[in-house]
Amino acid sequence: MKPVDFDYEQAKSVDEAITLLTQSADALILAGGQTLGPMLNLRLVQPELLVDITRIDELVRVEASTTHVTIGACVSHAAVEDRRIADLGHDFLARVAGGIGYRAVRNRGTLGGSVANADPAADWVSCFAALDAEILVSGQSGQRIVKIDDFLVGAMETTIGTGELINGIRMPRLGASVRCGYAKISRKPGEFADAIAAIVHDPDRGCCRVVVGATDGLPLLLDNDALGLGPAVALPAVLDPGPVRDHLAWHMPVPDLYRLNVQCAVLQRALADAHAFPS
Amino acid sequence: MSKVHVSTIINDDTVEFLCESEQTLLDVLRDDLRLTGSKEGCASGDCGACSVIMDGRLVCACLLLAAEAEGSTIETIEGMANGSDLHPLQQQFLDHAALQCGVCTPGFLIAAKALLDRNPDPTETEVRYWLAGNLCRCTGYDKIVRAVLDTAAETRN
Repeated sequence: MKPVDFDYEQAKSVDEAITLLTQSADALILAGGQTLGPMLNLRLVQPELLVDITRIDELVRVEASTTHVTIGACVSHAAVEDRRIADLGHDFLARVAGGIGYRAVRNRGTLGGSVANADPAADWVSCFAALDAEILVSGQSGQRIVKIDDFLVGAMETTIGTGELINGIRMPRLGASVRCGYAKISRKPGEFADAIAAIVHDPDRGCCRVVVGATDGLPLLLDNDALGLGPAVALPAVLDPGPVRDHLAWHMPVPDLYRLNVQCAVLQRALADAHAFPS
Repeated sequence: MSKVHVSTIINDDTVEFLCESEQTLLDVLRDDLRLTGSKEGCASGDCGACSVIMDGRLVCACLLLAAEAEGSTIETIEGMANGSDLHPLQQQFLDHAALQCGVCTPGFLIAAKALLDRNPDPTETEVRYWLAGNLCRCTGYDKIVRAVLDTAAETRN
């Protein structure tokens, strides 16, 4: 099967893209196309217009300050993997990026495209949740900044509105004593994950976020108090599986034993990853 | 609906073409430009049979609209050999019998070339992870991986 007929426009600026998006009732944003491409080829989406935003200079920028790094929405996974952008600390983003899909996919797929699609199994969705990232959203009335927890609504669902696009993702610089861990369990490298865990333990910033991803819905931010975690206590080498299972099971409508096992396993791997990386 | 004019350089030739907005680069390469070496397998970025190199980067031609290729330089399998002189990777694939039906082979060769252009001395693990985006359903991967590693060793010497 092949895509339906649609129009294609290459926007030169964010304003032009927003104007184009509001002109058609059935316009979609093309930001690398590594998810949209298959959906077009399978006719799962049948747009009238595609607005290509990857050639907008503003969207491939990287702004690094002493406290934050802002990455434009159309920066590719490969650019992060190849360390062509500023590091937040602990080489965290590059370590995550290198495991996304396949190299051909990483060369075209973008950070903004990934988070806009909000697939629960997408690496950036869990990673940004652990980082407490902020999503910069541009629309007709200007720019709004949305915390990732408020941006994501559910599986494949965000608070982005008609005529809006993701401009960039703002993430905090991590402290000197940070520990970051990331792990996923997939049937084969590059496949969608069955389970993801992302950990950012940053005592200098008073932050400890442990996230389990690739759920049926939102990334699950674990309750630090319930599990004895927190910025004031050292990140444990292992977690007692009993309370973790209870905690994860409580968030499942119907506890799924296989899924609980892989989620517990992936959490332990992410902890090991956090401790293995030289601090 | 008006056609889109696209200017590219394909295998060192300046190529201009008109395409429909919804045509993928793979469709244009195969159906219009008659460069049928790149194959369509899954049309979803899983099999790598359509691998081409665009502006020095490995991409799936099935997940790229032809219109997105405006201004880019593209390498396909047709440009890999120099006339009748095979590229070292092609020769090693023959020497290792690293192919059977051949449908995945252009994609593997292009993906392997993209790897060696970037990293002339990859480890076996690096080769295997890099080629994870290419599927072969008959030869199996060992001979392919060995052919790539031997090409790297041969080229370095």
